[in-house]
Amino acid sequence: MLRIQFSDYETLRAHGEQTYPHECCGVLLGRSIDGVNEVLEIVPAGNTRTDSAHNRYNIAPVELIRIQRQARARSLDIVGFYHSHPDHPAQWSSTDIAEAHWIACSYVITSVAHGRADVTNSFLLSGTGEEDKSFSDEPIEILVSEPVSATR
Amino acid sequence: MTIHIPTPLRAYTSGKESVPVSADTVAASLEALVTEYPALRGNLFAADGKLRSFVNVYLNEDDIRYLPAKEASPVTASDELTIIPSIAGGCCAATASRALVRTAPAC
Repeated sequence: MLRIQFSDYETLRAHGEQTYPHECCGVLLGRSIDGVNEVLEIVPAGNTRTDSAHNRYNIAPVELIRIQRQARARSLDIVGFYHSHPDHPAQWSSTDIAEAHWIACSYVITSVAHGRADVTNSFLLSGTGEEDKSFSDEPIEILVSEPVSATR
Repeated sequence: MTIHIPTPLRAYTSGKESVPVSADTVAASLEALVTEYPALRGNLFAADGKLRSFVNVYLNEDDIRYLPAKEASPVTASDELTIIPSIAGGCCAATASRALVRTAPAC
């Protein structure tokens, strides 16, 4: 399960609107406890795929290093990532799984239809490595004033 | 020197975020790491012994691929090595040839 504050959830969705028609991307920092990836901070990142930003994203390794250090300084971990699918469903693609290497992390995808954030889904990357990795649907718990369950 | 381990690989380092090693080069440091934690080897290195293409390794602030001596670059006790798998993806793949991804929905 992915647990996230409503404000962070809205921020990552808004990021997809801001970068439309290009894909946005960012990193989810928090803690992973008992099968729950709890997001405590989101960090928007730049998409280096300027050659095909409408259907590809890539976060520069040097930016990842900076974000990972930022997380370490706050005793947080990288627990997931997010990106958008402009004018396409919020489902993982063959490119998404081929390029996913962070086992046990959450991959959040928001469909952005004509510039407006639509559906947001989360997928957990499971497995032991490249040979058996797979995505599975993951519920999203959105925290507001009181915990509520909100899923796909 | 210290090697920082990314979240997905800590399952193979007993949960450790950082591992101290004693070595003279980047390559020797990584070898010391996988010697101590053998299950890491397949996640870091391909069958030919080279780092997997999606595994980025930074010596302090520098990507080792762009250092003059690359993996043979010398290291000191105060250096930090950071392992960071790549983050990429996107909608609408042009090709989907891997068996692993055959079930991916078209989008």
